[in-house]
Amino acid sequence: MKIDLAHLTIRTAHEAFVKGDFSAVQLARAYLDQIAEKNTRINAYLEVFGDVLEQAKVADERLKAGKGSLLTGIPIAVKDNILIKGRKAGAASKILEGYVSPYDATAIARLKKEGVVFIGRVNMDEFAMGGSNENSAYGPVRNPHDESRVSGGSSGGSAAAVAMFGALAALGSDTGGSVRQPASFCGVVGFKPTYGAVSRYGLMAMGSSLDQIGTIAKNADDAQILFDAIAGHDEYDSTTLPEGVFAGVRSSLRSAPKRIGVPCHFMKQGIDPEVAANFEQAIARYEKLGYEIVDIELPNIQYSLAVYYVIMPAEASSNLSRFDGVKYGALKEGDDLLADYLRTRTEGFGKEVRRRIMIGNYILSSGYYDAYYAKANLVRDLIRVDFDKAFQKVDFILTPTSPIPAFKIGEKSADPLQMYLADIFTVTANLVGVPAISIPSGVVEKEGKKLPLGIQLMAPHKADATLFHCAKDFLA
Amino acid sequence: MVEIKDIERLAALSRISLTEPEKAQMRNEIEAILGYVAQIQKVSGTPKTAEERSREKKDEVRNVLRQDGVVGGGADQVGARMHTPGEYSEALLANAPKREGRFVKVKKILS
Repeated sequence: MKIDLAHLTIRTAHEAFVKGDFSAVQLARAYLDQIAEKNTRINAYLEVFGDVLEQAKVADERLKAGKGSLLTGIPIAVKDNILIKGRKAGAASKILEGYVSPYDATAIARLKKEGVVFIGRVNMDEFAMGGSNENSAYGPVRNPHDESRVSGGSSGGSAAAVAMFGALAALGSDTGGSVRQPASFCGVVGFKPTYGAVSRYGLMAMGSSLDQIGTIAKNADDAQILFDAIAGHDEYDSTTLPEGVFAGVRSSLRSAPKRIGVPCHFMKQGIDPEVAANFEQAIARYEKLGYEIVDIELPNIQYSLAVYYVIMPAEASSNLSRFDGVKYGALKEGDDLLADYLRTRTEGFGKEVRRRIMIGNYILSSGYYDAYYAKANLVRDLIRVDFDKAFQKVDFILTPTSPIPAFKIGEKSADPLQMYLADIFTVTANLVGVPAISIPSGVVEKEGKKLPLGIQLMAPHKADATLFHCAKDFLA
Repeated sequence: MVEIKDIERLAALSRISLTEPEKAQMRNEIEAILGYVAQIQKVSGTPKTAEERSREKKDEVRNVLRQDGVVGGGADQVGARMHTPGEYSEALLANAPKREGRFVKVKKILS
């Protein structure tokens, strides 16, 4: 039988397992066939695991015994910076070539308990640094909707794997939009949880005060099911929210919040006219659904991107100092220990990673610390206050996910600053720590190809569940 | 104004070596990025102290304590996932490019 992967959801797959329409092994085989057909072009998967069918068989036995959950047997793709014990993980970097994860990330451990099937590890910008997946040491991911264009990034492999029907859902990581932006470019749903909702244990660190593991799926319900499974307090990550607080996040049902704020002052320039027109239609749709749309002021939001590009490289340069060819990864030897470090890091890190490490070290050096890092933290606090005030008046904040649709491969890679500007709407949720979701809002036709567009919704801290409600209303 | 000697110092701090053309390119790119992020200096005010911050954020910033031991597990469940000594040693050492027995091996530091 032929399984309709394009319309399959986690719930319909589960029902099919229970009713016996098809088994987890049959579903896994369908995905493997699809990957075999698509992946040489799209380059979403870096590795398809050799034991996918064995995993699916275990899931089938569990389902047969009546001990399965909604996620048992569901095929999932995992970003290459999330550890699965005994399997390779490399953050799409040459410096980690040959690295084998010694333990499970907490998110992975929780999915193993559910009995999901891990199909493989997917491509990304090296160490999650980039918005186009062109910074992978293993080549860019192509957009399934137009192969001459980027998938977005840094979780481009996760988004493209779902969009090419090569996985039912995927895990990504989001430091400044790395789940939401590729989701919007590939026409799927991408969710970044409240900071502290999901453990970062076993996620390779980039900007520790910004990083969250997020979920990518074809629809909001699937993204939420996957999120619910990985969320929760973890003693191995002291920044996870306490269990009591978090229980409310997952189960809190909407008490009819109906007001959406739009920071119109922040959308005056730099937006593709077709993105702007699509955004107006999205607003109209929410009005039709009974939501009240309010113009809001976020006085310091225009500084978000600048603040982000100070805090993120500062944290990343510190986090990446551990890669020195001593403890793990590929060692390039020199004449002495210092030469070992220099050769390993110079040959192991790609251009963008080197650039961010150097900017981080500049920002943190004693003469510039106050002007950049301390100042950025001050402005970050001001932006937090702006959001707190806005959320006293509105339940959600709406923006486009990206100011532009997917661009051509190579179009922006020569100018890092131009590339950074594509993060303008997504970085703020990471700075403030609020949950944010990108959902498909239509398409724009370019050169005969239909390119997906996305809108981004943000909600107050811990209001992840209500955010999903609002997203589902739009997609219904 | 970022100068080539600043780039050389940063590269040394970052444990990265750059060729002359790479230094020039890096100088231009870093200058452009720093020029962009410098706009935050227009904002006035003094950063908050850690106390002020934790007062505001209540349950989000909190002190996290655990028992000081490898094998634990008390009534409060702290240490529930703690491991026995040596449990991960082999898996961790297996990732080291060079090792000798139970040790990671590096070139000598003092000449």
